[in-house]
Amino acid sequence: MGASSMIILILAALAFSIFAILISKVLTKATTNKAKTEPYECGVPTKGQTWIQLNVGYYLFALIFLVFDVELVFLYPWAVVAQKVGWLALIEILIFFFILFMGFLYAHKKGALKWM
Amino acid sequence: MLSFSQIASDVDQWLHKVCSPTWALVFEMVIIGVSVIGLFAVLGLVLVLMERRVAAWMQIRLGPNRVGPQGLLQSLADTLKLLVKEGMTPGGSDKFLFNLAPFIAMIAAMLLMAPIAFASNFQIWNINIGVLYVSAVSSLSVIGILMAGWASNNKYSLMGAMRSGAQIVSYELSAGLSILTIVVLSGNLGLNDIVLSQKDGWWIFKGHIPAIIAFIIFMIAVTAETNRAPFDLAEAESELTAGFHTEYSGMKFALFFLAEYINVFIVCAIGATLFLGGWMPFHIGNLEGFNHVMDYIPSSIWFFGKTFFLIFLIMWFRWTFPRLRIDQLLNLEWKYLLPISMFNIILVTVVAIMKWYF
Repeated sequence: MGASSMIILILAALAFSIFAILISKVLTKATTNKAKTEPYECGVPTKGQTWIQLNVGYYLFALIFLVFDVELVFLYPWAVVAQKVGWLALIEILIFFFILFMGFLYAHKKGALKWM
Repeated sequence: MLSFSQIASDVDQWLHKVCSPTWALVFEMVIIGVSVIGLFAVLGLVLVLMERRVAAWMQIRLGPNRVGPQGLLQSLADTLKLLVKEGMTPGGSDKFLFNLAPFIAMIAAMLLMAPIAFASNFQIWNINIGVLYVSAVSSLSVIGILMAGWASNNKYSLMGAMRSGAQIVSYELSAGLSILTIVVLSGNLGLNDIVLSQKDGWWIFKGHIPAIIAFIIFMIAVTAETNRAPFDLAEAESELTAGFHTEYSGMKFALFFLAEYINVFIVCAIGATLFLGGWMPFHIGNLEGFNHVMDYIPSSIWFFGKTFFLIFLIMWFRWTFPRLRIDQLLNLEWKYLLPISMFNIILVTVVAIMKWYF
């Protein structure tokens, strides 16, 4: 099977999920009232908006992740040929990691990796 | 000898004999879809039961043992119970995204089944960039989790989803880097090719110290990526009730649950493929006689045995380590695992170029 297997798998996942949810829809009787549809926060009534701004720490980590993830993508083709290319590959990756590590140290020094 | 690849090619030939190539292809697609769904359901049932039995064993209690022989039908009974529960949508939620999220989680889990080599020459898609495909698709699951947490309109869910997002993207780096050590050693990205490169021994034995370091880092990283204890901050029961799926009930909850267990199976299958030889029997170098004896055990049994061993390891972690705090979790990744795995890549390059591996 070639790339069409991805389509088959997506269809299989959709079929399975829709089938399961439809069966449970048929088997159950939906009732509704005001107390039932409230968000469950351990019995305490919800205060204020839920969709608020969150701690900036998450965004900082997401930004650093972006840098390192792109680095990882560059490493895949390198890793395949590293053994054939030999010492040159090692020197290249040392330079690459050196630059990256400087950036990492900079982020560390700026306190981006500290929580809060 | 009866093997999966034999059955597959027999079915293929028979279909081509009885109908035209187009219809044969359609029937094959249907067979693949149905068998993957079957595997999904069976794995879900088995893993839930296994989780509970292992937990019981670790805590010196019995665990489920009433429904069916040795409690084997317990998870089937639980599924039936979930089937007759009402899957409600909470009032203030974003209804479209709330109902879409379980599908995304399921699709991400199902897509990961494609490149896994279950037995010798038995694979849904023999893609030559299997490792890249796995790391690309496995990051889709975070979208489902974030969507579920955001759409629930519940503060606990939102917190759980944000934590899970930060955690999954962070640990993906060291998981990717530890996978790369094996790619450097074998020079291949396809999962079946990597298995074939372990014909004279598994990488964890052949690859010296770098492979062992990579294996340890991989196990830690995938435990975090699948949101399992001790990294289960996304659904820390004592702080966030159930995290991102607090508001989910009935079958929608079951789909999340299933996707989570399938993800555990898949990452363990990848770990077994990369480090423990996948379907390759236990071979030692040039000991022809010994290797031949090992070949008598079917390859699918080797694959599932190794995978379930790794799943058992992950379940063992759960009852051994206490849960981390979010800042400890991110510290562990960014200040320890990432520098170590970057250093490990350099180490493994030296080992590979000097041909120090066996």
